[in-house]
Amino acid sequence: MKSFSEIDTVVKRATKGVGFNWGVAEEVGKNIKLLEMFGLPGLKNLNDYFNSLKSKKFQNLTFISNHNQSKIPYCPIISGISFLDQVNELKELINIKIENMSYPILFLPFLSRASEVIGKKISFKFDENIFLFNFNQNIYSNYFSNKILENAKLTEINFIENNNTFSQEEWDNLYKLSTNTFVEESDELKKSAAGAGLTDND
Amino acid sequence: MQVSLREPKKIMKLAKLGCFHQSKLSFLRSFLKEFKNWKYNRDLFDLDENGYGRAVYSFSKNKRIYSLICFANKIDDTERSDRVIATKWDAAFTLHDGIPAKKDLDRLSNNVPKQEVGRMSYKELTLSRANKSVRIFNHVVECLSNGKQPDKDKISEVGYLYRTTAVYGSGKFGLADRFRIKNRNEIFGPFRLEMMLVYLVRQFTFDQVNHIAKNKNPKKAITLDENICRNLGIGNSTGLGMAPFIVNHPTLLNNWILARETVLKKIREIKNVDLKNQNIFKTCLKKSLGNISSWSTESDFQKKKILNLNEDLNKFLKFLDESNIFDKNYAFNEIYLWCEKNLKDECIEYIVSMMMEPFDDIVEPHIYKMSSDEDKYFTIPTDRTVEDLRSILEQKYSDILKIDFSKTNSNKNFWFISKNKEEPRLADRFIDEGSDLEQPLAIARDICLLYSRISNKKNSLNIGRFLLENNDLRHVIRRAFITEKFPYAEIQDNTIGSELMAIDMLRLKLSFFGAVKFDPRSDKWLRISMFQGAPLPQDLKSFDDHWIYNSLN
Repeated sequence: MKSFSEIDTVVKRATKGVGFNWGVAEEVGKNIKLLEMFGLPGLKNLNDYFNSLKSKKFQNLTFISNHNQSKIPYCPIISGISFLDQVNELKELINIKIENMSYPILFLPFLSRASEVIGKKISFKFDENIFLFNFNQNIYSNYFSNKILENAKLTEINFIENNNTFSQEEWDNLYKLSTNTFVEESDELKKSAAGAGLTDND
Repeated sequence: MQVSLREPKKIMKLAKLGCFHQSKLSFLRSFLKEFKNWKYNRDLFDLDENGYGRAVYSFSKNKRIYSLICFANKIDDTERSDRVIATKWDAAFTLHDGIPAKKDLDRLSNNVPKQEVGRMSYKELTLSRANKSVRIFNHVVECLSNGKQPDKDKISEVGYLYRTTAVYGSGKFGLADRFRIKNRNEIFGPFRLEMMLVYLVRQFTFDQVNHIAKNKNPKKAITLDENICRNLGIGNSTGLGMAPFIVNHPTLLNNWILARETVLKKIREIKNVDLKNQNIFKTCLKKSLGNISSWSTESDFQKKKILNLNEDLNKFLKFLDESNIFDKNYAFNEIYLWCEKNLKDECIEYIVSMMMEPFDDIVEPHIYKMSSDEDKYFTIPTDRTVEDLRSILEQKYSDILKIDFSKTNSNKNFWFISKNKEEPRLADRFIDEGSDLEQPLAIARDICLLYSRISNKKNSLNIGRFLLENNDLRHVIRRAFITEKFPYAEIQDNTIGSELMAIDMLRLKLSFFGAVKFDPRSDKWLRISMFQGAPLPQDLKSFDDHWIYNSLN
């Protein structure tokens, strides 16, 4: 088994080797390590993408808007870098569509890290696949394949407001149960608690 | 009284960093303190009469066990090489997590001796190999087998029986990634497991030499005197492979230097130094002179440094005897200020290390702050502005911004990864091929380029937008924001200039390891000694914390 440290180093060098600059290569090294740690086929997809660079052209998506279209497939690395760099502005858009994204698996770690940067969950959908990024702590998904995904016709990114997954009623019920651990304080103890005997205007 | 931390611009110059010495913060010393209450055992010793075979040594406590597995091999003298390009060694080692099963030993016997071309697993933590100092090893075998102890002067010339030529860890060649073990309290300090490997290898060298002597002459042979053993360490040959580490790990570098600087500051702020602590300082200083007089090297560069150190130390000892400095308040601050005024860097840093000796209470808490969670600081804060970046560059890199990179001498070298051994190397940009594949280690040059790029940008422009057209400088933008938080993260020098002494970079790292007797063999590699004077495993429960000055050599 390759260690994650080896994956990081080799991916970084390979990314520089195919022509990206060192700063981008550092990002890709960390990203593929992250994908592999989360059990997603990062290295496999990256290898295929780098091989395809010999025969195919890809579009750099540098400035991201709410709807991004291109006849030439978007490079997932430059798209991801742009997304990560611009995420503080993009989060206001709520919903972003990117059409014709090549190797969408390689775009995932940028979204995961962006979720941590802005402190919001992000969802990402293409075809039947749904990914939920939880502040770069984990990736929740219905995608369990170990395959190479060459292209996604339409991808959709949503910033999810920081809402709870439960209702107020459910919370209240659980809170009530938690009060079963509390003990009634005696009058004597109440008198000696912090702040007792003082006026708050002294 | 408040003393300021020493200025990063002054400390982080390579010539200064290249004068650092071992101290109480050094990893091999803190390793021994951490493991002093662990149970040591020699679990397996299966060598033939010539000393070839396998052996296993372990440290254990509660349910945790670390096992050093040794493979000693026969090699021809013509095959023995300390260079990293070697493919055979006298012995190869790995530190295994737990007790190795027979199938682990068999698996490892096929891989550990091959080193870089073998494969380890997540159950192995560190990997190394070593060659005999043949002259010394044979002399010791010869003497012991004839019932005599070896000539102390002769073994003093070298100070070890074996020298390692590489110690690998952290995921290399399939070894366990750091994240698997980082929450273990006993290895909170950096390089703890590398230090454990070297320490146990040292014991193997003694056991092997005794074993060969015994087999050579069973009736007459004696074992190597324990005091001689204590004065033998493990040598190490180190080349450029180590140098980029301190550039590639800025937060880690910061934490090492910050620990040293904070400890120094706190010692300088002590108002009254009691007699006991004065005596520890003076005793360690005087005993350490033996280490300097036995520090031999063929390097003119190092000879000059040792000469200066000797002269300055004599000057300092005279000052200490004549000044009654400890009658004053803040005596260590007075001492430090006197050193700054009167001594050269080699001796100033020597005395800084020595000042730490009496103060366990100050030093120890900092030992646990010398690791770093580097990934935490990796993402560039792209919501910050060009104004912020400019301010960081002007404040943190002011000396670097003065370097004129239009001059040939400022661009003389480039760092690359060699194709045949995948190791970092340095070459002349104007003579050698390959500068187009330069590693991102020319930080000073790229910082200057970044500064010129932002010169005509609006202050309010955010970094995310700036990166749209300047992604080629992404690596140094990241560093600038790291350096903002970590003052000692960056070497304040040109790492590609014609004046570069790469061994300064090696010496910095090795001083934190706890190495002594730096012996440069060129401007690109050196030999050192580790654990010379250290307690033997049976001494660990109760040993003198200042053992490093006990060397008779």
